[in-house]
Amino acid sequence: MKIRLIAGLLALGLAAAGCGGAKVGEPSSSAAPQGQSSASGAGTVKIAINPWVGYEASANVVAYLLKNELKYQVELPEIKEQLAWEGFETGDVDVIIENWGHPDLVKKFIDEKKVAVSAGSTGNKGIIGWYVPKWMADKYPDITDYKNLNKYADLFKTSESGGKGQLLDGDPSYVTNDEALVKNLNLNFKVVTGGSEAALLKSATQAQDQQKALLFYFWTPHWIFDKVDLVRVNLPAYTEGCDADPKKVACDYAELDLDKIVSKKFADTGGKAYELVKNFKWTNEDQNAVANDMTNNGMTGEQAAKKWIDANQAKWQAWIPK
Amino acid sequence: MSTTAVTTPSRLRIPRWAAPAGITLLIAVAYLVFRGTGTLPHDKEAPQFLALTDLREWIDDHRNSNPVFLFFLNYIRIFVGSVYTAFLSVLTALGWPGLIGVMGALAWLAGGWRIALVAVAGVASFGVLGLWESSVETLALVAAAVLLSLAIGVPLGVWAGLSSRVRGAVTPVLDVMQIMPTFAYLAPLVLFFHIGAPAGTIATMIYSIPPAIRITALAIEQVSPTAVEASTSLGATRRQTLFKVYLPLARSTMALAVNQTIMMALSMVVIANLISAPGLGGDIIRGLSRAQVGIMLPAGIAIVVMAVTLDRMMMALAREGAPPSGGGAAGAQRPERRGKDGGSQRPSRPTQWGNKHSGVSLAGAAVLAVAGIVLSRVLPAEWPANWTVNFVAQVNDAVRWAELTWYDVTTFIKDTTTALLLNPLEGLLTSAPWWLVAVAALLLAWRVSGLRPALVALGCLLAIALLGIWEHAMQTLTTVAVAVLVTLVIGLLLGVAAARSPRFSAVQRPVLDAAQTMPAFVYLLPALALFETTRFTAIFASVIYAVPPVVRLVEDGIRAVPPTVVEAAASAGSTSGQLLWKVQLPMARRAILLAANQGIVMTLAMVVVGGLVGAGALGYDVVVGFSQRTDFGMGLVAGVATVLLGVMLDRVTQGADRRPASRTGASH
Repeated sequence: MKIRLIAGLLALGLAAAGCGGAKVGEPSSSAAPQGQSSASGAGTVKIAINPWVGYEASANVVAYLLKNELKYQVELPEIKEQLAWEGFETGDVDVIIENWGHPDLVKKFIDEKKVAVSAGSTGNKGIIGWYVPKWMADKYPDITDYKNLNKYADLFKTSESGGKGQLLDGDPSYVTNDEALVKNLNLNFKVVTGGSEAALLKSATQAQDQQKALLFYFWTPHWIFDKVDLVRVNLPAYTEGCDADPKKVACDYAELDLDKIVSKKFADTGGKAYELVKNFKWTNEDQNAVANDMTNNGMTGEQAAKKWIDANQAKWQAWIPK
Repeated sequence: MSTTAVTTPSRLRIPRWAAPAGITLLIAVAYLVFRGTGTLPHDKEAPQFLALTDLREWIDDHRNSNPVFLFFLNYIRIFVGSVYTAFLSVLTALGWPGLIGVMGALAWLAGGWRIALVAVAGVASFGVLGLWESSVETLALVAAAVLLSLAIGVPLGVWAGLSSRVRGAVTPVLDVMQIMPTFAYLAPLVLFFHIGAPAGTIATMIYSIPPAIRITALAIEQVSPTAVEASTSLGATRRQTLFKVYLPLARSTMALAVNQTIMMALSMVVIANLISAPGLGGDIIRGLSRAQVGIMLPAGIAIVVMAVTLDRMMMALAREGAPPSGGGAAGAQRPERRGKDGGSQRPSRPTQWGNKHSGVSLAGAAVLAVAGIVLSRVLPAEWPANWTVNFVAQVNDAVRWAELTWYDVTTFIKDTTTALLLNPLEGLLTSAPWWLVAVAALLLAWRVSGLRPALVALGCLLAIALLGIWEHAMQTLTTVAVAVLVTLVIGLLLGVAAARSPRFSAVQRPVLDAAQTMPAFVYLLPALALFETTRFTAIFASVIYAVPPVVRLVEDGIRAVPPTVVEAAASAGSTSGQLLWKVQLPMARRAILLAANQGIVMTLAMVVVGGLVGAGALGYDVVVGFSQRTDFGMGLVAGVATVLLGVMLDRVTQGADRRPASRTGASH
């Protein structure tokens, strides 16, 4: 039965697309499902949502403008970083609005597979680093040097860190060298994954409010720096290429120029929507304002985006293609 | 070996427990001597992990040149995608009034006006919850997955039902398909079918095909041999026998297969969203990454409502001809049958399909459908915004309040359990030499279940060691063990209470039903809110998930103790406590052990989901393998190891009841 069914499927497929075979994501494939994504005329634009609020802030502002100024349909599927890149290949994703480096994915999808292209900087500078609450830096001034972390490892012990100090990480999909750093810098710490941005935020807030010890992975731009006083721990300074081999990394994270990545197809046929994405460029303060409204003022992404857009006519007018 | 010790009933009377105690002592001594040796620590860069990751990259690079992709896998993807799109466009074209009307009409035809009312209210609630679009997407995805699952599963099931050879070959495959944590096969699935609705549909099918096959096979097997003989002796061909005898007689059980397939498909909604399948899962995942229960809850409710509505409709269909008022009870019992072949527990009733509809129900259905479709032309295309209820903020506030108020208590519980139970046990299992753990498991399984299962258990542990994921497997084993312990304690307490007080049982039942129908992810958040990202959180969530079946099994077990025995004991002057401890519990032993076995496998399934909230070890490896390309190999191996661990635990405990492992179903 199964054989016959498979044969049937196969025959059906072959009949549908001649005998050329089906390449996923190729617009020429006549049997392509879902009428494929976008992008000619006022079509649909699919902006992947990666799991941190700053990203969402950018995505929502762009989505709002696409919808209300250019009359596109916008879909915002929740897809994590690595999978979102695969979406370029299948047509499930048109835009990643804030890309944090990912040299391996750039090589794979832009250089080798040629299914994606960069659409330029978002204007945001992204820095990943290790942070402690300010009260700790006040109380133990030398804690901000990684060389002294082992001295204080006991402070950071938790039920999950197996007798070592805890270094709290975020979502499993985030860009991180922390495992390698702990190993290569001989730190008596264990990387414990909180699982989400929300887990990090909660821990950071508690660390300030309840004077709890906390060493954690975090990044700017982020609104939390306006609410919680955090101090960055100095790792060995970043030098060009020191992070080339992920296993041997023993230096701090690089400062990244965050950029937008779009599918090749969207770049070619996306018309005004692509122009808008390409022109989109704002500051860390802009992003933090929208992200803060979304997290702390109970606004949806759309409401927060609208508020910013109403207040910043001049900025976004420049992005709208003529 | 367990009973050999009592062969000498000498005057010294070596007690029954001497041999097990001696062996336990021996193992303890061996542990003390060899502690810290042969521990197989985890290596993220183990060569076998890297080899798998490289294989993945190689496959990915050749995706658009390899004939397997060009002429086979890609067409499957396209075909499945087009089925989904077809369903979605039909459901969307109906518009919301149309969909409500048509679902109501179908329900009316299936089971009368009461069921129709349930369907209308259920479908309308998607709009009220403000989730109309995602609900329709989920409905389309479930419909596509169920249709395709049945298209594959029913023929295979019929075949398996007719031939025991086929059945023997299919069963272990189905076992693996269902024990395998869904996360573990998402990553390979993405490799072969990419992301999006087609991949989501296929992931759902992997999970929903097994009940379709199993229950169909069962239905065919149950067909009375005399009917078959009569037919063949009258000269019917095999084909005629199949279509005129087997299928008609197996119909009502097969309706259960359809129902079960739908329920399984619904339980995958959330996980499918991780590979970007559309639908309600998105809201739940969003809630998880924002840590806002308020976002998740409406979507969770919508999934439950969808499950209940479809369940009532299908059950009414299976029971067609019976008075419609029976629908309530049957629906309420349904989640109990979420285990794989659970449907088999339901006695099959002969039914006649079709030609049972009175003119009234036909007319009623027609009016509903037409009214809906007409209204969809008149009313606005989108569900009106002011007809929705939004309680995100309130729920979030309530959760925040609970977090603040109970923080001290919950932290205390968490820290105490971790310090007294989790850490010592984990230390024990990870510092013991691997061979000692394997030997201990072998002996335990031998004693409880016999030699063959013991050898299987040993094989599983050896395979885990060979795969190079021993340490994490032991950590996961720790979390599972603690979760099972807690589950059993709670399950026994509630089960006994329910068996002794019908009123308590009546109150408890709907709560248990809801706990089982909710997507597992919804538990993670309150657990997360109360216990942060720790192993305890994962344990807490899996306890909620695994307690209901345990309670039911215990309750049923105690209820099944013959009343005459109970009366005899009571008339002999037993107090109610004595009655429980000396009569009811011992006599319900089998049911209780079965409950333990069931609890273990369900817990294991949830602990992997718990990898998202700090369970660490295998669950986390699987999650990482799924979200970081460079760890693909490790994730895959961890997924396989979870299956091995599940089989191992099942074999160790299955002696309680020698039914095949297939019974121990779990849904994630």
